[in-house]
Amino acid sequence: MAEIVLQTNGISKSFGALKASDNISLDLRAGEIHALIGPNGAGKSTLIKQIAGNMQPDNGTVQFLGRDVTALDTVARARLGLGRTFQISALAMEFTVLQNAVLGALGERGGVFRFFRPVMKDRALLERAREALKRVGLQDHAATRTAELSHGQRRQLEVAVALTLKPKAFLMDEPMAGLGAGGSKRLTGFLDGLRAEAPILLVEHDMDAVFALADRISVLVYGQVIATGTAAEIRSNAEVRRAYLGEEDAA
Amino acid sequence: MARETYINAALTLALVLVPLWAWSTGQAYILTLCTKVAILALAGVGLNIALGLGGLVSFGHAAFFGIGGYAMGILASHAQIMDPIAEWPFLIEGTKSMPVIWLVAMLASAFAALLIGALSLRTSGVYFIMITLAFGQMLYYFTIGWPAYGGEDGLSIYVRNSFPGLNTLVPAQFLILAYVILGLALLFSARLARAPFGLALTAARQNADRVETVGITPFKLRLVAFVISGAITGLAGALFADLNRFISPTMFSWHTSGEIMIFVILGGVGRLYGPVAGAALFILLEHLLGGISDYWLIYVGALLLGVVLFARGGLIGTLAGREVAHG
Repeated sequence: MAEIVLQTNGISKSFGALKASDNISLDLRAGEIHALIGPNGAGKSTLIKQIAGNMQPDNGTVQFLGRDVTALDTVARARLGLGRTFQISALAMEFTVLQNAVLGALGERGGVFRFFRPVMKDRALLERAREALKRVGLQDHAATRTAELSHGQRRQLEVAVALTLKPKAFLMDEPMAGLGAGGSKRLTGFLDGLRAEAPILLVEHDMDAVFALADRISVLVYGQVIATGTAAEIRSNAEVRRAYLGEEDAA
Repeated sequence: MARETYINAALTLALVLVPLWAWSTGQAYILTLCTKVAILALAGVGLNIALGLGGLVSFGHAAFFGIGGYAMGILASHAQIMDPIAEWPFLIEGTKSMPVIWLVAMLASAFAALLIGALSLRTSGVYFIMITLAFGQMLYYFTIGWPAYGGEDGLSIYVRNSFPGLNTLVPAQFLILAYVILGLALLFSARLARAPFGLALTAARQNADRVETVGITPFKLRLVAFVISGAITGLAGALFADLNRFISPTMFSWHTSGEIMIFVILGGVGRLYGPVAGAALFILLEHLLGGISDYWLIYVGALLLGVVLFARGGLIGTLAGREVAHG
């Protein structure tokens, strides 16, 4: 079995009486796409925040690359190589597309506290930023103001910025949201190839994408992982059908 | 971008031509006004780094302006009565040398900005505004109750401080000094905005999550920006004190913080020449309207309201159009 890159060990998080995360243990192994699905309110966002470092679990630990990172903040986890994309695009909207990508490359390289040399003339950073944009298909929009991008293009840019970080694992929160059928298909193809570079923990609502991509799927319902398995196993799991997929079918 | 460059060039030209005209027609008063514009613009350039690039609405920049001013006042007053500032643990004497005074003013205000920033940057929004305001007012009341340097009455310095090779008492020479410093600060500020630090700082203003996700701590960026900002405003304070040959607690008051902020907002937040345009406009209005009514600030208030409601980019922004990201 492939090496475990990212792991949560029995993490729990409560908000008052609500158990948003209830003893969740899951792992992400080298070379795989591990999809996390679950109905709205199942606690996916809370889990993502605890993995990314925005939120401390009440109990349990998060391990990344064999290290206990529970006490580390988002910055430290990013520096270790956790490449995150947000559900709602978190980009510098006044920047050009290229500037956003350069920011990622800068974060990876370090040397932020330099005050004189123009960053947009730094060849190494530009090269890496352009390469990442090209990979997601945004190379023609490098000079576009980010605020002018379509929703789907912003998602692509999120992925491009994550790429500039050369992460050891990706944490993607609904990258397909709002992409439309064509865009979703393209990104699916892209993520398919990306898993060889770094494994992806994918939170996604697009079931076609999930079943097409995921090596393993975990189903989160009311803060608990009720099943983990391959697409076929999840499809045939009675509890999952009742809790989740049934609703999808009805809708 | 190009259009803003032309506007900046035109503004520079105006700031050079006005004193040339005043000098040739012998109106020393205008030269002093231009010097005042340059010095206040410098204070604004400082604030603009925190406010414009970092999005840090500091309502306490008077603290740094005042510290710069008092650094000058303390050093120069001891020098003029030939009384050392401290004899133990080692002898510290006063000085009338501008370069030394500037250095002390910048270091002292940078240090103050480090302390104030380290505490206040843990908050944001209204709390940040209030905390910075509180620090400024604390120093204001402290200086009021500090009899050694004039207390509430302030302190006069009889002779302007010296700069090697210049006669700073000649208005034109002091003006040139102020212009050169403003020019250097603008150059520094322009480079800073385009440097890696500027990119990360402006990104943190737009979206702190994004900056964290690429592995950069917004707090550190903001603290460094606040320190640089404070140091520049402190330098302006020292020059302002030298211009008036007078320091007083007013330099620390929230009116001063408000005025520096008004320069930046009138001229254009985050625009390189914003503080220059703002300070020039402010002094021009003071000069023109001050003669008509003691309550001339009412008109500035109305103008500010207009800018905030209808012309968010300030004077520069309105003339140059929306900022085009430099890429």
